[in-house]
Amino acid sequence: MRVAKHQYEHLCFSGHFLIFSRNAVLESSLLEGTYKAPNPRKTGTTIAGMVYNNGVVLGADTRATDDMVVADKNCMKIHYIAPKIYCCGAGVAADAEMATQMMASNVELHMLNTGRPPLVAMVTRQLKQMLFRYQGHMGSSVIVGGVDVTGAHLYSVYPHGSYDKLPFLTMGSGAAAAVSVFEDRFKPNMELEEAKQLVRDAIAAGIFCDLGSGSNVDLCVITEAGVQFLRGYDKPTAKGQRSGQYRYKPGTTAVLTKTETPLSLDVVDESVQLMDTE
Amino acid sequence: MEKHYTDSKVKGVSTGTTILAAIFDGGVVIGSDSRASIGGEYVSSKTINKVIQVHDRIFCCMAGSLADAQAVIKSAKSHLSFHSVQMESPPLVIAAASVLKELCYKNKDELQAGFLTAGWDSKKGPQVYVVSLGGMLISQQVTIGGSGSTYIYGYVDAKYKPNMTREECLQFATNALALAMGRDNVSGGVAHLVVITEKGVEHVVVPGDKLPRFNDE
Repeated sequence: MRVAKHQYEHLCFSGHFLIFSRNAVLESSLLEGTYKAPNPRKTGTTIAGMVYNNGVVLGADTRATDDMVVADKNCMKIHYIAPKIYCCGAGVAADAEMATQMMASNVELHMLNTGRPPLVAMVTRQLKQMLFRYQGHMGSSVIVGGVDVTGAHLYSVYPHGSYDKLPFLTMGSGAAAAVSVFEDRFKPNMELEEAKQLVRDAIAAGIFCDLGSGSNVDLCVITEAGVQFLRGYDKPTAKGQRSGQYRYKPGTTAVLTKTETPLSLDVVDESVQLMDTE
Repeated sequence: MEKHYTDSKVKGVSTGTTILAAIFDGGVVIGSDSRASIGGEYVSSKTINKVIQVHDRIFCCMAGSLADAQAVIKSAKSHLSFHSVQMESPPLVIAAASVLKELCYKNKDELQAGFLTAGWDSKKGPQVYVVSLGGMLISQQVTIGGSGSTYIYGYVDAKYKPNMTREECLQFATNALALAMGRDNVSGGVAHLVVITEKGVEHVVVPGDKLPRFNDE
Protein backbone atom coordinates (compact mmCIF):
# COMPACT_ATOMS: atom_id res chain seq x y z
CA MET A 1 0.00 0.00 0.00
CA ARG A 2 1.61 3.23 -1.11
CA VAL A 3 0.50 5.25 1.90
CA ALA A 4 2.05 2.72 4.30
CA LYS A 5 5.40 2.83 2.52
CA HIS A 6 5.54 6.62 2.89
CA GLN A 7 4.80 6.22 6.56
CA TYR A 8 7.86 3.98 6.90
CA GLU A 9 10.21 6.39 5.23
CA HIS A 10 9.55 9.24 7.57
CA LEU A 11 10.15 6.96 10.55
CA CYS A 12 13.48 5.78 9.13
CA PHE A 13 16.63 7.15 10.75
CA SER A 14 18.77 6.83 7.61
CA GLY A 15 19.01 10.56 6.84
CA HIS A 16 20.76 11.42 10.09
CA PHE A 17 23.60 8.95 9.94
CA LEU A 18 25.35 10.16 6.77
CA ILE A 19 26.92 13.17 8.44
CA PHE A 20 28.76 10.99 10.95
CA SER A 21 30.52 8.92 8.29
CA ARG A 22 31.74 12.21 6.82
CA ASN A 23 32.99 13.32 10.23
CA ALA A 24 34.78 10.02 10.75
CA VAL A 25 36.61 10.46 7.42
CA LEU A 26 37.59 14.03 8.33
CA GLU A 27 38.93 12.94 11.71
CA SER A 28 41.06 10.15 10.27
CA SER A 29 42.51 12.49 7.63
CA LEU A 30 43.44 14.94 10.43
CA LEU A 31 45.39 12.18 12.17
CA GLU A 32 47.40 11.47 8.99
CA GLY A 33 48.77 15.01 9.15
CA THR A 34 49.67 14.36 12.85
CA TYR A 35 47.20 17.00 13.92
CA LYS A 36 44.89 16.25 16.79
CA ALA A 37 41.40 17.69 17.09
CA PRO A 38 41.34 19.87 20.27
CA ASN A 39 39.89 18.27 23.38
CA PRO A 40 36.59 19.81 24.39
CA ARG A 41 36.28 21.18 27.92
CA LYS A 42 34.40 18.62 30.06
CA THR A 43 32.64 19.36 33.28
CA GLY A 44 34.10 16.26 34.99
CA THR A 45 31.27 16.48 37.42
CA THR A 46 29.06 14.93 39.98
CA ILE A 47 25.35 15.59 39.52
CA ALA A 48 22.55 14.00 41.49
CA GLY A 49 18.83 14.21 42.02
CA MET A 50 16.19 12.63 44.18
CA VAL A 51 12.46 12.70 44.68
CA TYR A 52 11.30 13.48 48.22
CA ASN A 53 7.86 13.77 49.81
CA ASN A 54 7.07 17.19 48.39
CA GLY A 55 9.03 17.44 45.15
CA VAL A 56 12.51 17.06 43.73
CA VAL A 57 16.00 18.02 44.96
CA LEU A 58 18.75 18.42 42.36
CA GLY A 59 22.41 18.83 43.24
CA ALA A 60 25.69 19.46 41.43
CA ASP A 61 29.32 20.29 42.10
CA THR A 62 30.88 23.39 40.50
CA ARG A 63 34.18 22.37 38.90
CA ALA A 64 34.84 22.53 35.16
CA THR A 65 38.03 20.84 33.94
CA ASP A 66 40.20 21.19 30.83
CA ASP A 67 41.99 17.84 30.84
CA MET A 68 43.88 18.04 34.14
CA VAL A 69 43.50 21.78 34.80
CA VAL A 70 40.51 23.30 36.57
CA ALA A 71 39.10 25.76 34.07
CA ASP A 72 36.29 27.10 36.24
CA LYS A 73 36.09 26.76 40.03
CA ASN A 74 32.51 27.91 40.32
CA CYS A 75 30.54 27.05 37.21
CA MET A 76 26.77 26.50 37.26
CA LYS A 77 25.61 23.07 36.23
CA ILE A 78 21.95 23.31 37.18
CA HIS A 79 20.16 24.91 34.25
CA TYR A 80 16.71 26.40 33.92
CA ILE A 81 14.33 24.69 31.50
CA ALA A 82 10.89 25.81 32.65
CA PRO A 83 9.54 27.54 35.79
CA LYS A 84 9.38 24.23 37.65
CA ILE A 85 11.72 22.05 35.61
CA TYR A 86 15.50 22.20 36.00
CA CYS A 87 18.28 20.20 34.43
CA CYS A 88 21.72 19.16 35.67
CA GLY A 89 24.25 18.67 32.89
CA ALA A 90 27.42 16.58 32.86
CA GLY A 91 29.88 15.68 30.13
CA VAL A 92 31.13 18.17 27.57
CA ALA A 93 30.34 21.62 28.98
CA ALA A 94 29.38 23.25 25.68
CA ASP A 95 27.12 20.37 24.65
CA ALA A 96 25.33 20.34 28.00
CA GLU A 97 24.88 24.11 27.86
CA MET A 98 23.54 24.07 24.28
CA ALA A 99 21.28 21.10 24.84
CA THR A 100 19.66 22.65 27.90
CA GLN A 101 19.27 26.04 26.23
CA MET A 102 17.62 24.41 23.21
CA MET A 103 15.29 22.54 25.53
CA ALA A 104 14.38 25.73 27.39
CA SER A 105 13.47 27.45 24.14
CA ASN A 106 11.56 24.44 22.77
CA VAL A 107 9.61 24.14 26.00
CA GLU A 108 8.62 27.81 25.87
CA LEU A 109 7.33 27.37 22.31
CA HIS A 110 5.55 24.16 23.24
CA MET A 111 3.87 25.91 26.18
CA LEU A 112 2.62 28.67 23.89
CA ASN A 113 1.51 26.13 21.32
CA THR A 114 -0.44 23.88 23.69
CA GLY A 115 -1.46 26.52 26.23
CA ARG A 116 -0.41 24.15 29.03
CA PRO A 117 2.47 24.12 31.52
CA PRO A 118 5.15 21.64 30.43
CA LEU A 119 5.51 18.06 31.62
CA VAL A 120 8.87 16.69 32.73
CA ALA A 121 8.24 13.73 30.42
CA MET A 122 7.95 16.10 27.48
CA VAL A 123 11.32 17.71 28.22
CA THR A 124 12.88 14.25 28.55
CA ARG A 125 11.43 13.08 25.28
CA GLN A 126 12.66 16.10 23.31
CA LEU A 127 16.08 15.84 24.93
CA LYS A 128 16.46 12.15 24.19
CA GLN A 129 15.26 12.53 20.61
CA MET A 130 17.80 15.29 20.05
CA LEU A 131 20.67 13.36 21.63
CA PHE A 132 19.79 10.21 19.70
CA ARG A 133 19.83 12.22 16.49
CA TYR A 134 23.43 13.16 17.28
CA GLN A 135 24.33 9.53 17.95
CA GLY A 136 26.37 10.23 21.08
CA HIS A 137 28.55 12.91 19.47
CA MET A 138 26.77 15.47 21.61
CA GLY A 139 28.48 14.38 24.81
CA SER A 140 26.09 15.55 27.47
CA SER A 141 24.51 13.40 30.19
CA VAL A 142 21.58 15.11 31.79
CA ILE A 143 19.39 14.69 34.85
CA VAL A 144 15.98 16.31 34.33
CA GLY A 145 13.88 16.93 37.41
CA GLY A 146 10.77 18.91 38.12
CA VAL A 147 7.19 19.16 39.22
CA ASP A 148 4.28 19.22 36.79
CA VAL A 149 0.54 18.60 36.95
CA THR A 150 1.13 14.86 37.34
CA GLY A 151 3.56 15.21 40.24
CA ALA A 152 7.30 15.21 40.88
CA HIS A 153 9.48 13.32 38.38
CA LEU A 154 13.16 12.61 37.82
CA TYR A 155 14.68 11.34 34.58
CA SER A 156 18.22 10.72 33.36
CA VAL A 157 19.24 10.95 29.72
CA TYR A 158 22.54 9.54 28.48
CA PRO A 159 24.57 10.97 25.55
CA HIS A 160 23.43 8.24 23.16
CA GLY A 161 19.80 8.97 23.84
CA SER A 162 18.74 6.32 26.34
CA TYR A 163 16.68 7.46 29.29
CA ASP A 164 15.63 6.14 32.66
CA LYS A 165 13.09 7.13 35.30
CA LEU A 166 14.13 6.52 38.89
CA PRO A 167 13.56 7.94 42.39
CA PHE A 168 17.23 8.87 42.73
CA LEU A 169 19.93 9.35 40.11
CA THR A 170 23.57 10.30 39.80
CA MET A 171 25.65 11.02 36.72
CA GLY A 172 29.04 12.28 35.68
CA SER A 173 32.52 11.09 36.57
CA GLY A 174 31.67 11.18 40.28
CA ALA A 175 28.47 9.18 39.86
CA ALA A 176 29.86 6.02 41.41
CA ALA A 177 30.92 7.89 44.55
CA ALA A 178 27.59 9.72 44.84
CA VAL A 179 25.35 6.75 44.15
CA SER A 180 26.91 4.82 47.01
CA VAL A 181 25.66 7.50 49.43
CA PHE A 182 22.15 7.25 47.96
CA GLU A 183 22.18 3.46 48.04
CA ASP A 184 22.98 3.59 51.74
CA ARG A 185 20.58 6.28 52.96
CA PHE A 186 17.81 6.86 50.44
CA LYS A 187 14.25 6.18 51.57
CA PRO A 188 11.07 7.07 49.67
CA ASN A 189 9.15 10.17 50.90
CA MET A 190 11.92 11.78 52.92
CA GLU A 191 11.49 15.17 54.57
CA LEU A 192 12.98 18.29 52.96
CA GLU A 193 15.90 18.85 55.34
CA GLU A 194 16.87 15.19 55.31
CA ALA A 195 16.65 15.14 51.51
CA LYS A 196 18.82 18.25 51.15
CA GLN A 197 21.39 16.78 53.51
CA LEU A 198 21.42 13.50 51.56
CA VAL A 199 21.95 15.19 48.19
CA ARG A 200 24.60 17.42 49.72
CA ASP A 201 26.39 14.36 51.10
CA ALA A 202 26.19 12.56 47.77
CA ILE A 203 27.72 15.52 45.91
CA ALA A 204 30.35 15.91 48.63
CA ALA A 205 31.31 12.26 48.13
CA GLY A 206 31.87 13.07 44.46
CA ILE A 207 33.80 16.23 45.30
CA PHE A 208 36.20 14.43 47.62
CA CYS A 209 36.52 11.07 45.89
CA ASP A 210 36.52 12.07 42.21
CA LEU A 211 39.28 14.13 40.62
CA GLY A 212 36.97 15.63 38.04
CA SER A 213 34.60 17.13 40.62
CA GLY A 214 35.29 19.76 43.23
CA SER A 215 34.57 23.17 44.77
CA ASN A 216 31.04 23.81 46.04
CA VAL A 217 27.69 22.07 46.22
CA ASP A 218 24.76 23.72 44.43
CA LEU A 219 21.25 22.57 45.27
CA CYS A 220 17.91 23.21 43.64
CA VAL A 221 14.68 22.35 45.45
CA ILE A 222 11.58 22.17 43.24
CA THR A 223 8.11 21.87 44.69
CA GLU A 224 4.55 22.59 43.65
CA ALA A 225 4.90 26.02 45.26
CA GLY A 226 8.04 27.00 43.39
CA VAL A 227 11.79 26.71 43.11
CA GLN A 228 14.52 27.40 45.63
CA PHE A 229 17.88 27.70 43.91
CA LEU A 230 20.59 27.35 46.56
CA ARG A 231 23.78 28.40 44.78
CA GLY A 232 26.77 27.58 46.94
CA TYR A 233 24.65 25.68 49.49
CA ASP A 234 27.76 24.14 50.95
CA LYS A 235 31.47 24.81 50.49
CA PRO A 236 33.17 21.69 51.83
CA THR A 237 36.47 22.57 50.15
CA ALA A 238 36.77 26.06 51.63
CA LYS A 239 40.15 26.65 53.25
CA GLY A 240 39.90 26.15 56.97
CA GLN A 241 41.37 28.26 59.79
CA ARG A 242 44.91 27.30 60.69
CA SER A 243 44.78 26.23 64.32
CA GLY A 244 48.53 26.50 65.09
CA GLN A 245 51.84 27.86 63.81
CA TYR A 246 55.00 25.98 62.94
CA ARG A 247 57.09 29.11 63.29
CA TYR A 248 58.93 29.60 66.58
CA LYS A 249 59.65 33.01 68.02
CA PRO A 250 63.33 34.09 67.88
CA GLY A 251 64.81 33.27 71.28
CA THR A 252 62.81 30.02 71.81
CA THR A 253 66.04 28.10 71.67
CA ALA A 254 68.72 29.54 74.04
CA VAL A 255 72.10 30.35 72.42
CA LEU A 256 74.96 29.00 74.57
CA THR A 257 78.07 29.81 72.45
CA LYS A 258 78.77 31.55 69.14
CA THR A 259 81.85 30.90 66.91
CA GLU A 260 82.55 32.75 63.62
CA THR A 261 85.05 31.27 61.11
CA PRO A 262 85.73 33.33 57.95
CA LEU A 263 86.33 31.27 54.79
CA SER A 264 88.85 32.98 52.44
CA LEU A 265 88.06 32.15 48.82
CA ASP A 266 90.20 33.14 45.78
CA VAL A 267 88.70 33.89 42.37
CA VAL A 268 90.05 31.22 40.01
CA ASP A 269 88.15 31.87 36.76
CA GLU A 270 85.66 34.44 35.51
CA SER A 271 83.44 33.89 32.47
CA VAL A 272 80.37 35.64 31.09
CA GLN A 273 77.54 33.81 29.36
CA LEU A 274 74.88 35.82 27.58
CA MET A 275 71.25 34.73 28.18
CA ASP A 276 68.70 34.90 25.35
CA THR A 277 66.33 37.44 26.75
CA GLU A 278 63.99 38.94 24.23
CA MET B 1 32.98 6.85 34.23
CA GLU B 2 31.82 8.21 30.90
CA LYS B 3 35.00 7.32 29.06
CA HIS B 4 34.53 3.67 29.92
CA TYR B 5 31.91 3.13 27.26
CA THR B 6 34.55 3.23 24.56
CA ASP B 7 36.01 0.00 25.89
CA SER B 8 32.80 -1.92 25.45
CA LYS B 9 31.50 -3.09 22.09
CA VAL B 10 28.12 -1.46 22.70
CA LYS B 11 27.98 2.32 22.55
CA GLY B 12 26.57 4.14 25.56
CA VAL B 13 24.34 2.35 28.05
CA SER B 14 24.02 -1.35 27.25
CA THR B 15 21.08 -3.46 28.24
CA GLY B 16 23.61 -6.22 29.08
CA THR B 17 20.80 -8.62 29.40
CA THR B 18 19.17 -11.96 29.37
CA ILE B 19 15.87 -12.12 27.52
CA LEU B 20 13.70 -15.04 26.68
CA ALA B 21 10.34 -15.99 25.26
CA ALA B 22 8.56 -19.35 25.19
CA ILE B 23 5.26 -20.63 23.90
CA PHE B 24 3.09 -22.78 26.16
CA ASP B 25 -0.30 -24.34 25.71
CA GLY B 26 -2.60 -21.38 25.15
CA GLY B 27 -0.17 -18.50 25.42
CA VAL B 28 3.34 -17.20 25.56
CA VAL B 29 5.73 -16.10 28.32
CA ILE B 30 8.24 -13.32 27.65
CA GLY B 31 10.76 -12.17 30.21
CA SER B 32 14.00 -10.38 30.96
CA ASP B 33 16.33 -9.27 33.73
CA SER B 34 16.44 -5.61 34.78
CA ARG B 35 20.05 -4.44 34.65
CA ALA B 36 21.49 -1.68 32.44
CA SER B 37 25.27 -1.27 32.43
CA ILE B 38 27.96 1.01 31.02
CA GLY B 39 31.22 -0.43 29.72
CA GLY B 40 30.61 -3.69 31.51
CA GLU B 41 31.73 -1.99 34.74
CA TYR B 42 29.00 0.24 36.13
CA VAL B 43 25.38 -0.65 36.67
CA SER B 44 23.54 2.47 35.57
CA SER B 45 20.13 1.10 36.48
CA LYS B 46 19.09 -1.88 38.59
CA THR B 47 15.43 -1.73 37.65
CA ILE B 48 15.21 -0.92 33.99
CA ASN B 49 12.20 -2.17 32.08
CA LYS B 50 13.19 -4.17 29.02
CA VAL B 51 9.81 -5.74 28.34
CA ILE B 52 7.83 -3.10 26.49
CA GLN B 53 4.21 -3.34 25.50
CA VAL B 54 3.83 -2.36 21.85
CA HIS B 55 0.17 -3.27 21.65
CA ASP B 56 -2.60 -4.87 23.74
CA ARG B 57 -1.38 -8.44 23.27
CA ILE B 58 2.11 -7.87 21.87
CA PHE B 59 5.25 -7.34 23.95
CA CYS B 60 8.87 -6.80 22.93
CA CYS B 61 12.10 -7.45 24.76
CA MET B 62 15.13 -5.37 23.89
CA ALA B 63 18.83 -6.19 23.85
CA GLY B 64 21.93 -4.27 22.81
CA SER B 65 22.41 -0.52 23.05
CA LEU B 66 19.71 0.95 25.25
CA ALA B 67 19.50 4.21 23.30
CA ASP B 68 19.04 2.44 19.96
CA ALA B 69 16.56 -0.07 21.37
CA GLN B 70 14.43 2.58 23.07
CA ALA B 71 14.36 4.74 19.94
CA VAL B 72 13.45 1.82 17.65
CA ILE B 73 10.72 0.55 19.95
CA LYS B 74 9.19 3.98 20.31
CA SER B 75 9.08 4.38 16.56
CA ALA B 76 7.70 0.85 16.08
CA LYS B 77 5.00 1.39 18.71
CA SER B 78 3.72 4.50 16.99
CA HIS B 79 3.79 2.86 13.58
CA LEU B 80 2.00 -0.22 14.89
CA SER B 81 -0.82 1.76 16.45
CA PHE B 82 -1.32 3.61 13.17
CA HIS B 83 -1.31 0.29 11.29
CA SER B 84 -3.87 -1.10 13.69
CA VAL B 85 -6.18 1.87 13.10
CA GLN B 86 -5.77 1.50 9.33
CA MET B 87 -6.54 -2.23 9.46
CA GLU B 88 -9.38 -1.71 11.92
CA SER B 89 -8.23 -4.73 13.89
CA PRO B 90 -5.54 -5.56 16.42
CA PRO B 91 -2.19 -6.05 14.67
CA LEU B 92 -0.74 -9.50 14.04
CA VAL B 93 2.33 -10.42 16.06
CA ILE B 94 4.25 -10.85 12.83
CA ALA B 95 3.31 -7.29 11.86
CA ALA B 96 4.94 -5.98 15.04
CA ALA B 97 8.02 -8.11 14.41
CA SER B 98 8.17 -6.94 10.80
CA VAL B 99 8.09 -3.29 11.80
CA LEU B 100 11.07 -3.86 14.09
CA LYS B 101 12.81 -5.86 11.41
CA GLU B 102 12.42 -3.07 8.81
CA LEU B 103 13.95 -0.52 11.17
CA CYS B 104 16.80 -2.84 12.20
CA TYR B 105 17.58 -3.99 8.66
CA LYS B 106 17.40 -0.62 6.93
CA ASN B 107 19.68 0.96 9.55
CA LYS B 108 21.85 -2.04 10.27
CA ASP B 109 25.13 -0.12 9.93
CA GLU B 110 24.21 2.37 12.61
CA LEU B 111 21.99 0.49 15.04
CA GLN B 112 23.06 -2.00 17.68
CA ALA B 113 19.79 -3.46 18.89
CA GLY B 114 18.04 -6.83 18.77
CA PHE B 115 14.51 -7.75 19.84
CA LEU B 116 12.26 -10.61 20.83
CA THR B 117 8.61 -10.14 19.99
CA ALA B 118 5.96 -12.30 21.61
CA GLY B 119 2.21 -12.09 21.61
CA TRP B 120 -1.13 -13.51 20.82
CA ASP B 121 -3.32 -12.81 17.80
CA SER B 122 -6.55 -14.33 16.53
CA LYS B 123 -5.00 -15.65 13.31
CA LYS B 124 -2.16 -17.84 14.60
CA GLY B 125 -2.52 -17.79 18.37
CA PRO B 126 0.60 -17.47 20.52
CA GLN B 127 3.81 -16.69 18.60
CA VAL B 128 7.41 -15.74 19.26
CA TYR B 129 9.65 -13.93 16.75
CA VAL B 130 13.30 -13.00 16.91
CA VAL B 131 14.71 -9.90 15.19
CA SER B 132 18.47 -10.13 15.44
CA LEU B 133 21.11 -7.41 15.16
CA GLY B 134 21.32 -7.32 11.37
CA GLY B 135 17.60 -7.50 10.83
CA MET B 136 16.89 -11.22 10.38
CA LEU B 137 13.37 -12.21 11.34
CA ILE B 138 12.54 -15.79 12.29
CA SER B 139 9.80 -17.51 14.22
CA GLN B 140 10.60 -19.93 17.02
CA GLN B 141 8.86 -21.89 19.77
CA VAL B 142 11.33 -20.85 22.41
CA THR B 143 14.14 -18.35 22.14
CA ILE B 144 16.74 -16.67 24.31
CA GLY B 145 18.86 -13.59 23.68
CA GLY B 146 21.32 -11.14 25.15
CA SER B 147 24.74 -11.68 26.68
CA GLY B 148 23.39 -13.92 29.44
CA SER B 149 21.73 -16.29 27.04
CA THR B 150 25.01 -18.09 26.31
CA TYR B 151 24.90 -19.57 29.81
CA ILE B 152 21.47 -21.12 29.46
CA TYR B 153 21.40 -22.69 26.00
CA GLY B 154 21.94 -26.09 27.58
CA TYR B 155 19.22 -25.56 30.15
CA VAL B 156 16.70 -24.36 27.57
CA ASP B 157 17.49 -27.18 25.15
CA ALA B 158 17.11 -29.77 27.89
CA LYS B 159 14.12 -28.41 29.78
CA TYR B 160 11.81 -26.86 27.21
CA LYS B 161 8.90 -29.01 26.11
CA PRO B 162 6.16 -27.88 23.71
CA ASN B 163 2.64 -27.58 25.16
CA MET B 164 3.64 -27.03 28.77
CA THR B 165 1.07 -25.65 31.17
CA ARG B 166 1.17 -22.01 32.18
CA GLU B 167 2.69 -22.78 35.59
CA GLU B 168 5.33 -25.11 34.13
CA CYS B 169 6.32 -22.51 31.56
CA LEU B 170 6.52 -19.72 34.14
CA GLN B 171 8.73 -21.89 36.34
CA PHE B 172 10.91 -22.77 33.35
CA ALA B 173 11.31 -19.10 32.43
CA THR B 174 12.07 -18.04 36.01
CA ASN B 175 14.66 -20.78 36.39
CA ALA B 176 16.30 -19.90 33.08
CA LEU B 177 16.54 -16.20 33.94
CA ALA B 178 17.83 -16.97 37.44
CA LEU B 179 20.56 -19.24 36.06
CA ALA B 180 21.66 -16.67 33.50
CA MET B 181 21.64 -13.81 36.03
CA GLY B 182 23.71 -15.93 38.34
CA ARG B 183 26.49 -16.38 35.80
CA ASP B 184 26.42 -13.24 33.66
CA ASN B 185 27.82 -10.09 35.28
CA VAL B 186 25.81 -7.71 33.10
CA SER B 187 22.48 -9.40 33.81
CA GLY B 188 20.81 -9.06 37.16
CA GLY B 189 18.26 -7.27 39.31
CA VAL B 190 14.71 -8.57 39.20
CA ALA B 191 13.09 -10.93 36.73
CA HIS B 192 10.29 -9.33 34.71
CA LEU B 193 7.91 -11.84 33.19
CA VAL B 194 4.78 -11.23 31.14
CA VAL B 195 2.25 -13.96 30.39
CA ILE B 196 0.15 -13.27 27.29
CA THR B 197 -2.95 -15.27 26.46
CA GLU B 198 -6.14 -14.72 24.53
CA LYS B 199 -7.82 -13.55 27.71
CA GLY B 200 -5.28 -10.98 28.72
CA VAL B 201 -1.86 -9.99 29.96
CA GLU B 202 -0.29 -10.64 33.34
CA HIS B 203 2.91 -9.15 34.75
CA VAL B 204 4.92 -11.24 37.15
CA VAL B 205 7.87 -9.60 38.86
CA VAL B 206 10.24 -11.84 40.80
CA PRO B 207 12.53 -9.78 43.06
CA GLY B 208 16.17 -10.86 43.30
CA ASP B 209 15.86 -12.48 46.69
CA LYS B 210 12.85 -14.57 45.62
CA LEU B 211 14.58 -16.04 42.57
CA PRO B 212 15.16 -19.80 42.68
CA ARG B 213 18.54 -20.75 44.09
CA PHE B 214 20.64 -23.54 42.68
CA ASN B 215 23.57 -25.63 43.71
CA ASP B 216 26.48 -23.59 45.06
CA GLU B 217 24.48 -20.41 45.82
